[in-house]
Amino acid sequence: MVSNETGIFLLFLSAMIVNNIVLMRFIALCSFFGISNNMEASVGMGMSVIFVMVMSSTVSWLIYHFILIPFNLTYLRTAAFILTIATFVQLTEMFIKKTSPGLYRALGIYLPLIVVNCAVLAAAFYCIDYNLSFIRSIVYAVGIAAGYCFALVLFAGIREKIDIAPIPKAFQGYPIAFITASLMSLAFLGFKGLFGL
Amino acid sequence: MIKEFIKGIWKENPILVIMLGLCPALAVSTSAMNGVGMSLAFAFVLICSNIVIASIKKIIPGEIRIPAYIIVISTFVTIIDYSLKAYAPALSSSLGIFVPLIVVNCIVMGRAETFASKNGIMASLFDALGMSIGFTIVITLLASIRELLGNGTIFGYAVMPQNYQPFLIMVLPPGAFLVIGFLMALHKKLSRK
Repeated sequence: MVSNETGIFLLFLSAMIVNNIVLMRFIALCSFFGISNNMEASVGMGMSVIFVMVMSSTVSWLIYHFILIPFNLTYLRTAAFILTIATFVQLTEMFIKKTSPGLYRALGIYLPLIVVNCAVLAAAFYCIDYNLSFIRSIVYAVGIAAGYCFALVLFAGIREKIDIAPIPKAFQGYPIAFITASLMSLAFLGFKGLFGL
Repeated sequence: MIKEFIKGIWKENPILVIMLGLCPALAVSTSAMNGVGMSLAFAFVLICSNIVIASIKKIIPGEIRIPAYIIVISTFVTIIDYSLKAYAPALSSSLGIFVPLIVVNCIVMGRAETFASKNGIMASLFDALGMSIGFTIVITLLASIRELLGNGTIFGYAVMPQNYQPFLIMVLPPGAFLVIGFLMALHKKLSRK
């Protein structure tokens, strides 16, 4: 279990690889399987998630510690966080559209999808549940997002190969994708012994 | 009515066909008991929010319907989260973060948007019941297979003979992906006939 005593770099590795959010914690599977049949889309989605997740975890941390705790409203955290994320995605979209049209063209269509990407909400919850300090929760969120992006891009690469492989009829499409994910998850399981976090 | 009810179980099964709600299904299915607990929490949220959304759909302006649905759903999620913490603390801690995450579970939002916002209260109730039962069947099946192979038990009762060597991998994350992959292939094969 991570805590405030864990070193910054170990914290990052724990979030990114040892407890990979997709393959070890089963979060954000819908987008993982939905989008990974296209390499370009996977990279775009991965980048947008990194951006939104880090920003929204930071804002959620501030809201939790400076608004919800002082006013004794912690039971509202689920509603507060999801609204924060929805608002934040909207703001990010407007901001990117105004400041950087190139980036908007690359990320634009993925931004609205992020509201329902449970990884973003989960990252905010993890930072609160582990009682991480402000800096550490940012590092942790960066690690989770990097892990998501890493797994997604790897998986998209493998699926491009699967498309041209001969596969039994019943397994075509999603079933074989799940079995592939199982093998990837097995590989990531190997890191558990390395750090033990 | 019956049609709305049946479709969730086989033809439009939320996990195997629509591929929504995978996260909780895979994550909590390490034992059959967890699977049933998660299904009940999920069914409560889905049924209540489908009914509420179907009954207030006329007074919600179209532009802000998504935030309104989120508030309705997150209210029920908070209710079930705190109830579990109070009355079933062991179950609550083994389900962990997946109870609050029901709020972003695509099935709940998806049913609200595609069904409850367009249909009456009774039809929405039956739709939610069917979807919940479909979800429950798959998650319980998945959890039982994993528990049986990985631990030799179902609902905590020893089923396998004494000298059975459990496949530990089945209760670890890779086992979940493997079993759901085979279940989907089976569903595909049976529905093609």
